Amino acid sequence: MSSAVTDRSDAADSGRALRWGAIAVAVVVLLPLASLVWTAAHGSGDLWPNLLRHVLPHALGQTLLLVIGVGIIAGGIGTGTAWLVAVCRFPGRGIFEWALLLPLAIPTYIQAFVYVDAVHPLGPIPTLIRGLLGISSPRGLWLPEVRSLPGCIVLLGLVLYPYVYLTARAAFLVQGSSVLEAARTLGAGAWETFFRIALPLARPALAVGVTLALMETVNDVGASEFLGVQTLTLSIYSTWLNRSSLPGAAQIALFMLVIMMGLVMLERWGRRHLSVANVGARLRPPARRDLTAGAAGLAMLACFLPLLFGFLLPAGHLAHMAWARWQFHGFPVSVAQEALNTALFAAAGTSVAVGAGLLIALALRTGALRSGLVPRLAGLGYAVPGTVLAVGLLVPLAGFDNLVSAASAQLFGVPTGLLLSGSGAALVIAYVIRFLVIPVGGLEAGFGKITPSLDMAARSLGERPRGVMRRIHLPLLRPALGTAALLVFVDCMKELPATLMLRPLNFETLASHVYAEAARGTYEDGAIAALLIVLVGLAPVILLARLSRPAQG
Amino acid sequence: MAIRRILGTRRGALGTILAASLALAAPASAEEVVNVYTTREVALAKPLFDAFAEKTGIKVNAVFVKDGLAERVKAEGAASPADLLMTVDVGNLMDLVDQGVTQPVTSDVLSKAIPANLRGANGEWFALSMRARVAYASKDRVKLSAITYEDFADPKWKGEICIRSGKHPYNVALVAAYIVHHGEAKAEEWLKGVKANVARKPAGGDRDVARDILGDLCDIGLANSYYVGLMRSGKGGPDQEKWGAAINVIVPTFQNGGTHVNISGASVAKASPNKANAVKLLEYLVSPEAQAIYAQANYEYPVVPGAPIDPIIAAFGPLKVDQVDLVAVAKARKAATDLVDKVGFDN
Repeated sequence: MSSAVTDRSDAADSGRALRWGAIAVAVVVLLPLASLVWTAAHGSGDLWPNLLRHVLPHALGQTLLLVIGVGIIAGGIGTGTAWLVAVCRFPGRGIFEWALLLPLAIPTYIQAFVYVDAVHPLGPIPTLIRGLLGISSPRGLWLPEVRSLPGCIVLLGLVLYPYVYLTARAAFLVQGSSVLEAARTLGAGAWETFFRIALPLARPALAVGVTLALMETVNDVGASEFLGVQTLTLSIYSTWLNRSSLPGAAQIALFMLVIMMGLVMLERWGRRHLSVANVGARLRPPARRDLTAGAAGLAMLACFLPLLFGFLLPAGHLAHMAWARWQFHGFPVSVAQEALNTALFAAAGTSVAVGAGLLIALALRTGALRSGLVPRLAGLGYAVPGTVLAVGLLVPLAGFDNLVSAASAQLFGVPTGLLLSGSGAALVIAYVIRFLVIPVGGLEAGFGKITPSLDMAARSLGERPRGVMRRIHLPLLRPALGTAALLVFVDCMKELPATLMLRPLNFETLASHVYAEAARGTYEDGAIAALLIVLVGLAPVILLARLSRPAQG
Repeated sequence: MAIRRILGTRRGALGTILAASLALAAPASAEEVVNVYTTREVALAKPLFDAFAEKTGIKVNAVFVKDGLAERVKAEGAASPADLLMTVDVGNLMDLVDQGVTQPVTSDVLSKAIPANLRGANGEWFALSMRARVAYASKDRVKLSAITYEDFADPKWKGEICIRSGKHPYNVALVAAYIVHHGEAKAEEWLKGVKANVARKPAGGDRDVARDILGDLCDIGLANSYYVGLMRSGKGGPDQEKWGAAINVIVPTFQNGGTHVNISGASVAKASPNKANAVKLLEYLVSPEAQAIYAQANYEYPVVPGAPIDPIIAAFGPLKVDQVDLVAVAKARKAATDLVDKVGFDN
């Protein structure tokens, strides 16, 4: 057999394997959604008149305002700071470059708990201000109410902007010096360069970052519940738990899914011109501009404020609470085990999710998948509130278990019992379904930056598809792979609703511990575990910052 | 390269996890166990479980499932390891019965110990402890010795009431009891009145009511009885002691009835593999010893008449439990939730 023939059949084989692998992943993601549809279809719909009259208009309005508000704040902070650290030179720039990612380590629900505690009339901040102003009565000092929609918008924006910062910074760095310097030689000022060139070129990347932040926003349940913001996600909960109607909850969830699809479409639309693959020229990061003393001061302030309110202040207050707790009760022994559980499960979820994401992105690249439908479907898990996803997952998991158990009883006379449900596997599957959109989107964008002519050149030089992947794609994809892996890892660590629902017996993670304390109203008891989530999250976040630098030299 | 190294170790981690989860899934047949799914934080029940294990040698495995307990047990089906399902709200307990994931239990010990209105007619559910929805009032600013639930809608409290979300099961059950007493139309008027009096958004937890009263955000609020014990005992640290000291507790009643109580309770799971142990645990939980733990560790009211009450709780004065049927209250939850939404209580 001539080598050309084996080569072709090889390629065909690996193409088929890729295609079916990608489709299998999408099917697994769709299972819980299908089970939701099935549940929703069994509802009578008798709740809808009431929901439509009293619940949904308000909840939809609040959710939309929340999304718009967080979009503006996270988008503004993320883009602005990314631009400053990418193309300007000012004191502290090197530190801000990685430090601006730190708020990523703070889960939204912890941010909400901490701020409510810190700005309570009896909390440290108002007490300090009253002391300075000499006001004795707590009623004598008016402070903005954190438990409100604006409060929720600001708090979420402060911990979610790093998603935008991350993608925006990468985009500004990749734009490279040539474009920006060309603009400069043509006499464009800094602002003009930013608004007329850099921003439009970075739009696809910004859309990805903003979409991630907004999906987190719509999915959030801990923070909005705690701050008293009536979102759609909360109305799903109250329909399910107080009206005892899972079908009704599933119906609202599907309605939300449509909204999320809208967001995803928006993101697609933002990326529709993504044939801006650079032409293989080695990129130099842009030469950074020196700023005047005044401008440098402003730049430092602009980078410092989000860092202060998004990370330093909440983490500091958390550390203080944890310390007080430690002195009062000692170190909770269980926390070490919980930290280990958290890290292990996040690592497992990450490796499976990134592997599956790579499979799909590769199938797209090689043409094994003709359309973008499969990757879109694979990313849907992110658009469903975690709890609802977990409920949807229960049925297929248990179905699989009962099937295997029955088969095993038939064949070997031993039923296997529940293999997946209530074991760690269920949790890992849930994490993968929830966060698959991150590696899929990230790697797709990563492939977009590798010009297809590289693949063709390699193939014409006799390299096989597998070799192209190993020797060309993977090395070039390293930053994208690493970024996706670390983002998923941090997300898994912070994940709360599905973790609460699918945990095995006698098994706690840091997040479930924090939530259990919060559920009892003893936030300070959860402070040590909360602080650990932040600390365990710091390492991947700092790694992220290093990885997202363009390869030098 | 670093990435490849990390991925390599991750693969190792994955193997560990799969092995661990298989170990978890493997039935532990060597020892006597009872598996508890609870919507209550395990920490609260742990002293009870430990004492039970000590006494009987039966190990208690517990998982805290916040929402979706019924769905999880239902999905697990016949293979479910759950023996005992514990919840902290009468409605959640009825939901389990309605979803068909429980089984009736006949036990003389249980029917002797628990009054008839605090257990299912056929032994499908049992109340194990009670908590009252009481008024926290500022020690310095409120001079009152008695109050009714109806009074909270009185305009004289305008801007002075703190309360958690109307969608929280504790408040939903209170509104449901109001409906059972006065009908839906009156309940809606009342909710509107309370809503007009709130000092801040109904959010946060019950302890926040005491804290906000200390912080002078409001003068009075509704919250559960046992939190006062947790705060005043110093178990929650020095700050919470200050919150607890800032309030007086007034035990309200309905105009034509008693004080609204909710329960924590349990049902034996339909597919319980260790049913005998589940019943043993239930029977232990209504023993004088366990009822005393409920009273001391959690500051709850015992369900067994005559069992001791913690001094902090006893200081509130006698509890006259409202005599409305708990099952009727549980059934009125949907209507109550609709009203909470209709008047926009949390908005």
